[in-house]
Amino acid sequence: MRDVLDFEKPLLEIEARLAELRQTGSPEEAARLEERLRRQQRKVFANLTPWQRVQLARHPRRPYTLDFIRLLMEDFVELHGDRAFGDDRAVVGGLARFEGQSVVVVGHQKGRDTREKILRNFGMPHPEGYRKALRLMKLAEKFGKPVVTFIDTPGAYPGIGAEERGQAEAIARNLREMTALGVPIVVLVTGEGGSGGALALGVGDRVLMLEHAVYSVISPEGCAAEILRLTAADLLKLGVIDRIVGEPPGGAHRDWEGTAEAVRGALRATLDELRTLGPDELVGQRYAKFRRIGVFEEAL
Amino acid sequence: MAWWFRRREGEGRSRKVVIAEGLWIKCEACREIVYRAEVERNARTCPKCRAPFRIGARERLELLLDPGSFEERDAGLRSQDPLGFKDTRRYRDRLRAAREKTGQEEAVVSGTGRIEGHQIAICVFEFAFMGGSMASAVGEKVTRAVEFAARKRLPLVIVSCSGGARMQEGILSLMQMAKTAAALHRLAEERVPYIAVLTDPTTGGVMASFASLGDIIVAEPKALIGFAGPRVIAETIRQPLPDGFQRSEFLLEHGMVDLVTERKELRELLRRILAFFAEPSALPLP
Ligand SMILES: [Zn+2]
Repeated sequence: MRDVLDFEKPLLEIEARLAELRQTGSPEEAARLEERLRRQQRKVFANLTPWQRVQLARHPRRPYTLDFIRLLMEDFVELHGDRAFGDDRAVVGGLARFEGQSVVVVGHQKGRDTREKILRNFGMPHPEGYRKALRLMKLAEKFGKPVVTFIDTPGAYPGIGAEERGQAEAIARNLREMTALGVPIVVLVTGEGGSGGALALGVGDRVLMLEHAVYSVISPEGCAAEILRLTAADLLKLGVIDRIVGEPPGGAHRDWEGTAEAVRGALRATLDELRTLGPDELVGQRYAKFRRIGVFEEAL
Repeated sequence: MAWWFRRREGEGRSRKVVIAEGLWIKCEACREIVYRAEVERNARTCPKCRAPFRIGARERLELLLDPGSFEERDAGLRSQDPLGFKDTRRYRDRLRAAREKTGQEEAVVSGTGRIEGHQIAICVFEFAFMGGSMASAVGEKVTRAVEFAARKRLPLVIVSCSGGARMQEGILSLMQMAKTAAALHRLAEERVPYIAVLTDPTTGGVMASFASLGDIIVAEPKALIGFAGPRVIAETIRQPLPDGFQRSEFLLEHGMVDLVTERKELRELLRRILAFFAEPSALPLP
């Protein structure tokens, strides 16, 4: 079986048997097995280790930004380039209509097959990707449209060209400008939120996160996942995200439509909530939101 | 941002001054044995290759500020252990050791002082405190200094010396990047100048936030400056890195810093910049 995680295997085996039973067996037997499948599914997903969650967040069949745009939005017009150096295919963005409203949408983009993975640089942007994103966000601000960003990256690309063209500067500038953008910004962490390369699209009025997405200070490998506190539930507790968007049973990769519908509901509610706020209120509240984050003590 | 994560204990300090007892010390940049008194006379710079030796926050403040002018702020701000973090050692133990080793509560010292009479707000990073890494307390101290500078309309100087995020605080460390960048936007709106001074090393989340956002960015010679660490880049591209890659002079050549200035010239440079900004604007502001 391709693209199947170890802990998914028993579930898929039951599913295969269920499909067989539905063809040839009795309806009672099928119903019993289905009940067993649901129970097993709940059990497996309730007991995922942080590392298993990282694997889920990186699942090769998980919906990516362009999939979400296709499933959620109409009239998408992709816009390219940073007007300075090039067009980074690891970041996509453009104009779209969401629930009858114009929005600017931006996100990291991973590739599905080898050719596209290389084209998208495995979702790891260069500076021009971040600069394109900022250009589009400024466009949104100029015309009073809300911004929706999708986060899914192992991190900003560590390479010679990226350093030569100011990877750090591009990220830093996005952080500074996003904190003061005069239109609503809704962030959805869909897969991997890898360090500064994720945060550079991640400063928003509301930060939502899919149930099995992860978000962390470094791209976690193996046991580091256990200690980093990078799951949606952890991040909600730490005050870093505002809302968890539940995924269908088995995870987003098993049911794109179901996932998109959950995201649609959360996104619509969040945008409705923010639409009533003026630019000063938005920026003031956004400042306060990030200003609060951190744990320290103070001896007087 | 992850280079320090893979670093073994004690690595990444290759250019730290190795003080042999006696008259001579070795420069780790050019490997020459040099006369110690000459190093001291040159603001702790190698007389052979002109690489500055790494210095602590207090020594930096002494080099830059008018004698006796420094007044520390937020000295009691310190880290906790929000994640209950433990890898080869507990974070709490690392913090305790760092406090003992440096005599500082955290990896940044902040306050106010004067340079040739010009009053400024200043933050200086202490590399000896867990690699100058950005804990919540560090982000909070920097943010408070920026907010204070905006409120009092004091030009701000931040001397960075940091490997980036503090992994032991996970995502909370990452978020300090947004917090400090947000405060700098407000400072910019108040039209208060911010001068970023980059020293060896300034990388990761520090470089990808406030260290890159100066109105003017000055680097000390030969400092390692960049987003990703050289080791991570070399592992990713599977090629040796070009000579001088991610050093101050490389950044100057690529347009990423305004100037590279020797340590003993730094105070005079800051004086000139501060004098430029001290004059009230003769023109109506847009
Ligand atoms: Zn030397």
